Amino acid sequence: MKKNILALSLVLGMAVACNTTPVINREITPINTDIDADAWTRVTAGNFYYGLHNKDSVIDYNYEMMVTHVTNRQYVKFLKEALDSGKIEIKSDSVYGWFPGEPFNGFRHEEKITAGLYLCMPLNVPGNHISYHNNEFSIVPGFENHPVVMISWFGAWWYARFYGYRLPTEAEWTKAARGSDQRAYPWGNEIDEQTVNYIHSTKSLKPVLGTKVVRTTPAGFYNGKKYKELQTIDNSSPYGIYDMAGNVWQWMADDYPRVHYKFMRGGSFSNYAHFLTIWSRNSAGPDYCSFNLGFRCVRDAKTTTGD
Amino acid sequence: MNRAGYFFNSTKGLILVAIVMVSVATAIFGMLSGPMAEWGVKDLVVRYLHMDLKPAERAGRIIMLYHTIAMAVIAIEVYMITSAVPMKNYQQTNINTVVTIGYLTTMFFGLGFAYWGQNWAFHGLFLVGLSLMFFAGLMLAVALNPWNKDYRITDKAYAHTKKGMDLERMAFFVMAVMTLISAAFGAVTGSFWGNGHETFLGEDIIREADKTALQKAIIGHLHIMLTLIAVAITLVVGRWLDFKGIFHKMAMWLMIPGTIIIAGGAWSVVWTHSAHTFIYVGSVFVMLAALFLVIFGWKKLINDRLKEQNLKRAGFIKKIAALVHDPIKFGPLWQMVFMNFTVSGVGIFMAVKLDEIFRVWPLREERITLTGHWHILSAIVATIIIMYYADISGLKGKARKWFGWLLIIGSDVAFASVTIFSMKRLMVVETAQQQLMDTTMILADLGLGIVLVLMFVLLLWRLFDLFKDNGLWRKETINQELEVNKTAGYIPAFSKKSYSTKGNEK
Repeated sequence: MKKNILALSLVLGMAVACNTTPVINREITPINTDIDADAWTRVTAGNFYYGLHNKDSVIDYNYEMMVTHVTNRQYVKFLKEALDSGKIEIKSDSVYGWFPGEPFNGFRHEEKITAGLYLCMPLNVPGNHISYHNNEFSIVPGFENHPVVMISWFGAWWYARFYGYRLPTEAEWTKAARGSDQRAYPWGNEIDEQTVNYIHSTKSLKPVLGTKVVRTTPAGFYNGKKYKELQTIDNSSPYGIYDMAGNVWQWMADDYPRVHYKFMRGGSFSNYAHFLTIWSRNSAGPDYCSFNLGFRCVRDAKTTTGD
Repeated sequence: MNRAGYFFNSTKGLILVAIVMVSVATAIFGMLSGPMAEWGVKDLVVRYLHMDLKPAERAGRIIMLYHTIAMAVIAIEVYMITSAVPMKNYQQTNINTVVTIGYLTTMFFGLGFAYWGQNWAFHGLFLVGLSLMFFAGLMLAVALNPWNKDYRITDKAYAHTKKGMDLERMAFFVMAVMTLISAAFGAVTGSFWGNGHETFLGEDIIREADKTALQKAIIGHLHIMLTLIAVAITLVVGRWLDFKGIFHKMAMWLMIPGTIIIAGGAWSVVWTHSAHTFIYVGSVFVMLAALFLVIFGWKKLINDRLKEQNLKRAGFIKKIAALVHDPIKFGPLWQMVFMNFTVSGVGIFMAVKLDEIFRVWPLREERITLTGHWHILSAIVATIIIMYYADISGLKGKARKWFGWLLIIGSDVAFASVTIFSMKRLMVVETAQQQLMDTTMILADLGLGIVLVLMFVLLLWRLFDLFKDNGLWRKETINQELEVNKTAGYIPAFSKKSYSTKGNEK
């Protein structure tokens, strides 16, 4: 009898562990954060501290950065416009765009990125809130103002290029996140679930988002506003930029010699606190897509065209 | 001899103190991460112990914590070696004294520096502790000198050269010397700290194309130190089980060059990309030696049990029953086998499929696999030490069986779960991983929880024993050395001591 119970427990345990049904993209409660996702803010030239060891660094030009991540709504607008203008194409339920390639040094583990068509975004897949059916893009209700995810570096690069923007370099991102002091997070040195969407935020977000599976939050969600029982704390950086840590990782522009990886900053909803620090990095090949990875753009300070 | 004398003057007492130190450190600092952080326990610990945890100092804190726990584990291994390998009494006393002061100084001041504000006097004393450990290592290497004619092999069942040199002693000596050089390798690099060398965690820089020589040296150092700790415990287990015969001879001939080649390979990572090739070759040698120990040990466990049962012939089932009869002795050998699935296997798979699989994953996932497999190796070494200590303590009967099996099952469930967690992308797409992650995390926490509860019970038992006038501690004071058959030139390690009989002492 005991043996039977043990065997049954093992089988049940394995069945639970092996249940690999993807979580379907569910609707969630729409939330108005009162933050304008189309807004930009100026980051002024000057000194800043770079990395864990606070290297005294300088950026000698002004630039502007998006106040929030690029949202699903913004990205769908881009997809429609870029598809209409022939800049991108859809093949086998995925968005592709042409990329001119990068220098290859033949270094250990380095992979060639030659000129060609590259994956920008897989469509109609679990984790992506944008779908494409009958030549129409649509967004899962409630996710319109959430950060776009399942976006490769090429997809982010194409968005920026299409509107005359660019992705931030790691230095630009650091200065925008940190200002001129040595803080650990964009808003200061402490972290909790009222300030940012990270691994410990699930419990507080479930009632607000009306879902059991908590992932992204709307762009600019943590701005001091109260949502049901959750009183948020403003997490903007010294330049007023929201979600520079948490929610979803952000693609960086840098093309470092001898590696094909592209780097990410900021951490995401699935990370512990130390991945949300300003010096923390992640990386992957430029065609990597994930449900916890998005981007935002920068542009030259004088540029006012585009969006 | 009183209780203080037992703690600091006998091998078994010294081992107990070091195990307590590691357990206390694990209990306190284990509450700062994982589910404990999620449940709010971390905040309580930080508040009530007045810890100072700045985010920017996290890497430094972790480095200090690794070093302090490692020093206590090394001290335990040193106590076992000085007791199990023949050497002069004064050598054993000197080595044990210095290593004890060394690891305690390292622990108190290293952790004090890392977690309670950066008092630089503490950092200096932390370095003093590490230096004492190094000095103790030098004395150990001298004491283990395999060319010393006093320790020629007399029992031909043990591995030896034609001239009678004890090859197991040579294996211990080589391990000690390689450890000293590897420690110096890290120490020299550490001496550049603040002067060209900055704090970093190895797992954070794996994808950087341009690693400095100092960074590479640290990566070599951390890998080889853990490997040598594993080599040392393998040799100690061999002595515990009285490893001898043909398998002993083959194993020692492999262990000696294997240890040298692995160490050389780890150091050469600074200069050559071929370092991994050396490491693989050395690993094959060392792992074959460990395999021979496992074969010998399993055979011995079966034969000893069948002999106890007066069975001259036994079928497969009876042999298996005999093999697993004593989980405390079966456990260390099983853990060495299990290690191949959760450490070596993972490492080899990563190396073979690095560009194809692991470098396609984001850095964070590759990092989890890396940190997972070396944490498991460390924990496997710890479980082997715990099992040996349970044997030393004379755990018997049902308590021995429950303790042994729960330790094996609890730790292996945890290690397997962590391995599955770290490789989850091979099995499940990212968007569907939550259930697998939840299940593996619960099983890992459950398994580790069982191990910690067992440790707590074992130490509680030993704590209560200290209140008895004629408890185990007194017997261990009298029979204070490990009960092992020595390979050569047996000299009673503590024959010089006669114990006073003042007061209640006998």
